[in-house]
Amino acid sequence: MKATDIIKNGLIKENPTWVLVLGMCPTLATTTSAINGMCMGLATAFVLLMSNTVISLLKSVIPDKVRIPAFIVVIATFVTIVQMVMQAYLPDLYETLGLFIPLIVVNCIVLGRAEAFASKNNVWHSMLDGLFMGLGFTWALTLVGLVRELLGGGAVFGQSLIGGNDGMLLFILAPGGFLVLGYLMALVNRIRKKS
Amino acid sequence: MKKAQSTLINMLLSLTVIAVVAAGALALVSAVTAEPIAQAQKAKKEAAVKAVLPAFDRIEEVSVDGVACTKAYNAEGTLIGMAVEAASEKGFGGHLGVMVGFDAEGCVTGYQVLETAETPGLGAKAGEWFQQGNKGDIIGKNPATPLSVKKDGGDVDAISGSTITSRAFCEAINNAYQIFGKLNAES
Repeated sequence: MKATDIIKNGLIKENPTWVLVLGMCPTLATTTSAINGMCMGLATAFVLLMSNTVISLLKSVIPDKVRIPAFIVVIATFVTIVQMVMQAYLPDLYETLGLFIPLIVVNCIVLGRAEAFASKNNVWHSMLDGLFMGLGFTWALTLVGLVRELLGGGAVFGQSLIGGNDGMLLFILAPGGFLVLGYLMALVNRIRKKS
Repeated sequence: MKKAQSTLINMLLSLTVIAVVAAGALALVSAVTAEPIAQAQKAKKEAAVKAVLPAFDRIEEVSVDGVACTKAYNAEGTLIGMAVEAASEKGFGGHLGVMVGFDAEGCVTGYQVLETAETPGLGAKAGEWFQQGNKGDIIGKNPATPLSVKKDGGDVDAISGSTITSRAFCEAINNAYQIFGKLNAES
């Protein structure tokens, strides 16, 4: 597998949100605004990169029968590090994302890539896979967040486009999240299949 | 690539080593970030106190019934206000925490919502709705007569569609006033 294939997979062809449909819970919960979605995506991308790297480095010393607990410990360690660093240096963001930072541990994308890719490929490829799956997740979340923020509050990245805070409240709440996600998934996959 | 055999000793060893290294890394990061985390939390509290009190020269932290309060004094040493943290558990999403500033007479000088689990776009508006100049303006009101929403006979305009949150908010302010009263009586 070539490096460019891995990059394209993560960003488009096997995009975790639109194609693999993984990590839906944090997707719906943190995309109430574009910046929240983007930051959640970047935090997850960091964890993906680090955990894929470490797991690929350790793949020949972790016995098969204990690979899941081993992966989880590695992933949970990196997520906890992200959490502590965020709490220390980005406290406002930490409060906004709240419970969903520690929930990155159970984000299916992270364990999924560890099991499906990092445990079976070399370190360089695993790093690329982790990073670009993470970036694929990030752009998907940013897009959903953008649409929900625009429709739900008339703002983009915190900048109000329409006077006042008016918008369709539905899009900031859960049902709107599902609707936006569904329509965007249909749209993105339509474009993807045509090209 | 050759994988390690799943023998008991291998499994024990690999898991132990991974766990020990992970624990070490976490202990390190925790030690490094402990100070900035404490600073950030302190800064947040201080910012809230500044936002709810009139201009002050000196502050003094006291504790009433286990609740931390801040007394503010001007240059002459006269008490000009107090910032009290209080909460209500009756919010739509449960806990609603506020920091309220009172002047020496007990009139509300400002408030900030600290913790909220209210619905975005509805109850979450409590951060702005009750501020000066907005629909539910409570600045200047004195909770000696407890605050309540218009529906309950009071004069506070509730957030449209969020009566529960508004009621909880009033309760939090009134709770804060209770503590202010105790503090005032002591000083």
